[in-house]
Amino acid sequence: MDIILAILLGGLFGFVLQKVGAANPQQILGMLRLSDLHLMKAIFLAIGISSLTLFGLLATGMIDGAHLSVKSSYVGVIGGGIILGTGWAITGFCPGTGLVAAGAGRKDALVFILGGLLGAWLFTLSFGALADTFLFADLGGKATLAQTGSTSYPAMFGTLPGLLVAGSLALMFIAIAWLLPEHSTKVHSTRNIVDTAPKETLSSER
Amino acid sequence: MNKLLTQTQWNWLTSGVALGVTFLLAVLLVKPIGVSTQFVIFDGIVWNLFSNSVVQVDEGAKSGYTSANSYLAKSGGKYAENVANPFNYSFIFVIAMIGGGFLAARLQGEKTPPEQNIAPDIWRDTFGDSLWRRYAAVFLGGILVLFGARLAGGCTSGHMMSGMMQTSLSGYLFAMGAFAAAVPVALLLYKRRN
Repeated sequence: MDIILAILLGGLFGFVLQKVGAANPQQILGMLRLSDLHLMKAIFLAIGISSLTLFGLLATGMIDGAHLSVKSSYVGVIGGGIILGTGWAITGFCPGTGLVAAGAGRKDALVFILGGLLGAWLFTLSFGALADTFLFADLGGKATLAQTGSTSYPAMFGTLPGLLVAGSLALMFIAIAWLLPEHSTKVHSTRNIVDTAPKETLSSER
Repeated sequence: MNKLLTQTQWNWLTSGVALGVTFLLAVLLVKPIGVSTQFVIFDGIVWNLFSNSVVQVDEGAKSGYTSANSYLAKSGGKYAENVANPFNYSFIFVIAMIGGGFLAARLQGEKTPPEQNIAPDIWRDTFGDSLWRRYAAVFLGGILVLFGARLAGGCTSGHMMSGMMQTSLSGYLFAMGAFAAAVPVALLLYKRRN
């Protein structure tokens, strides 16, 4: 059953990443250069919708905190983010989108994956030497901003209802998604809402 | 519906809803989506072919496995166990993502021109058409991306999307670090074209 779900959900995720343009380095680089915010809008909306629904379901008891998996905060989360961000800007790929792009037939993505496998192995070899350095100094453990109902994850705003905190953040993200202009050169935020025409991704910036 | 399957790229609204529903479905049915750990597992599988200390059976470990490598041995040998038995949810999920990308590209109405499948326009406008320059850059960039992801304990999927959805502090820290580096590097690296 697990394996069937893995195939269905993984296949869906790969399909969606390709269709939203996240596996297209042109789109990623357009976002990072702040000239084409299509993906930025989609990401903000996705986090907003999923977070609002998740905390709604947690608050009504329809799912429990055991479904969550919160990662630890330590110095290396920021440092690793900076290193990843640098490589992301050079290539236009992150780990997941590189795999999807290779599946979609991109040759540069295959080379990216080879580099990625080497990078992951280099980290595997260096972990022993890095483990006791400042890079793994704690920055709050498995903290969340909103209360999840799970005692494993201390909430930073623990005195407030989880849905209130997470819901406010989610609504803020959805508002940002709505208000951001899609292209920095032509600001037509209302146009985007009704724009359902197929986009010519690769030439839209010309 | 048919148009959604053949479109090259969805508009931002459809994109955001589809992405949000996917991350939510994964949490509701199994667990939050993550990708970059599986690069380590794949490395371990290959490494294990050449060395017999990479995965060791250890009755005392929580997972029943350990490794001579301290990263594969950490958290009760969880990674060593997955290297020994890669037929598990997280690994198959990531392999299936490749299939999802393949299917989406196959159903697509218009085909991507071959030169754009090697380097995006933005790249070629700045660095020219050299195949090997692009390959060298994505190889080195790939090393940075996965080294960074493992140091951070997750990538854009696990930390940023799944993390911020759960309001994880770590998701916010990761996103700050990633964008603080990626935006200036992208602005400096690529020519402006307006």
